[in-house]
Amino acid sequence: MLKKVFFWIAVILIAVWFLTPIVMIFLAAFTPAEDYYNPHRIIPSHLTFEHLYKLLFLLDGWKSIIISVEVALIAIGLSFLIGLPAGYAMARYKFKGKRAINLTILLTRSIPLIVVAVPLIVIYMKVGLSDTVLGVALAHTAMILPFVVLITSSIFSGISVEYEEAGMVFGLTHFQSFVKITLPLALPGLAASAIYSFIMSWNEVFVASILTLTNRTLPAHILNTAMASPDYFKFAAGVMMAVPAMIFIFFTRKYLISMWGISLK
Amino acid sequence: MTPFLQLRRGVIDLKSKSAAIWLLLLPTIIYLSVFIGYPLFKTFVMAMSGEERPFDTFYRMFHDQTFWNALKNTLFLTAVIVPIQLILAIALALFINKKFKGYTFLLYLIIIPLALSDITAALMSYTMFSPMGYVNKILINLGAIDKPIYFFGYMFKTREFWIVVLTEIWRATPLVFVIILAGLQSINKEYLEAADIFGFSRSQKLFKVILPLLKPSIMSALLMRTLFAFQIFGVVWMLAGRDIPVLAGETYYQYTFLNDEKMAAAYSMIIAVITLIISYFYLTTLRSKHLEEGVR
Repeated sequence: MLKKVFFWIAVILIAVWFLTPIVMIFLAAFTPAEDYYNPHRIIPSHLTFEHLYKLLFLLDGWKSIIISVEVALIAIGLSFLIGLPAGYAMARYKFKGKRAINLTILLTRSIPLIVVAVPLIVIYMKVGLSDTVLGVALAHTAMILPFVVLITSSIFSGISVEYEEAGMVFGLTHFQSFVKITLPLALPGLAASAIYSFIMSWNEVFVASILTLTNRTLPAHILNTAMASPDYFKFAAGVMMAVPAMIFIFFTRKYLISMWGISLK
Repeated sequence: MTPFLQLRRGVIDLKSKSAAIWLLLLPTIIYLSVFIGYPLFKTFVMAMSGEERPFDTFYRMFHDQTFWNALKNTLFLTAVIVPIQLILAIALALFINKKFKGYTFLLYLIIIPLALSDITAALMSYTMFSPMGYVNKILINLGAIDKPIYFFGYMFKTREFWIVVLTEIWRATPLVFVIILAGLQSINKEYLEAADIFGFSRSQKLFKVILPLLKPSIMSALLMRTLFAFQIFGVVWMLAGRDIPVLAGETYYQYTFLNDEKMAAAYSMIIAVITLIISYFYLTTLRSKHLEEGVR
């Protein structure tokens, strides 16, 4: 009996610890300003979309969301275009220097973008990429690419090479066999990795802030304006950042968990 | 690659095969060289070239108290945050791994912060602890205080520091948790059954069987978190600004506010060197599984 009580206390504590900040920022983002500044009012008298609306349409929120999405899409496209063949090669072939390549990719994955941001902007200024969407997207590609190579390699390793061979027995070329047989089998995993890449780019703030001045992604825009804005705009900004990421993790949760090596059985 | 190719084409052309492999790898190698390799090299060159003579940027940096504060704060934050996260994550993982009814729901709740950026987490903290935040409002309504407690501002650096710690614990404990839980699940059940047969108590089982077997996961979680703790930026910059200088924050400040490229490069270089040392250790002594899986 006592054991059961402790168990439920633990469950509730964990749920409250992880949920409270999320629930609170949502509540705060929709609380009218006068209720927020009234210390005796915790639950708002009514909910309002005013802060979110103003942030989106009067304070460039919408513009920076578009930029964020553009950056993420270009970065995902590029990194899969470049990284997928490499991932395939790493999964299917044994060759000299494979270990060295693997190590290099792991190393680039652990090097933070922070340390390359400053020279990158110096280079960008010379070639006219500073303060552009493409510039940020290229930098984010460098961040996502090692992840894509490693994760696609592990996805392709999980698909038996014999299917591909069977396709070739029936007269497909190696490339056709890959496109018609392996790729469809890999698609769910690839889609989840793409979504995870999206979150990586969507959340990256340091490089995006250094590389741009006017074409800011959403987190860069928030980093540079939020702390000088009234509190309710901060909360609305937090909600704008959180919603897409939470939707994405909701849809890919099962895949993510198995990617991390956790079984639900 | 396969015996089958021999069937089809008679003999594998080894030379053209390895050429094909490198053709697949080449775009990645070129891209990473251009966008990470070269800039990294450039960071070192910029940092070391100096304004007037080589290394004078470092001379300036080492004579600047802010640098030592930033280094101290970064180390101190790491030293406080990482162990707490580890203990909480182990406790959480042991709890979830009991697989009681409905544990998946709790598991999904725990991984939500993994999708949220440091900026978002900082803003959530601000919702709770701002002067008109929920913590203050609740305390005022309970009659515990008359005036709001201030958690932010240059005057309240210590409080700010602990709010940053709390935020990082909230945000990044799930990262450690997923590594530990995966490790916990990979422990062979037979060891635990053997421990039961020998009549181990629960704490004996934990300290004598589970934790030692969990050591590889614990080590990689520790190194991983240390690696990323040295890059701490978003949460500190949003909540404390330069009240609590950290290495990444100073890099940002030197570049954007002072336009001092070389000093910014010097700060980056310090972060790079520390990162390279930790990741070298990580890659040579441990399985590199977790870096591959994109857990950040």
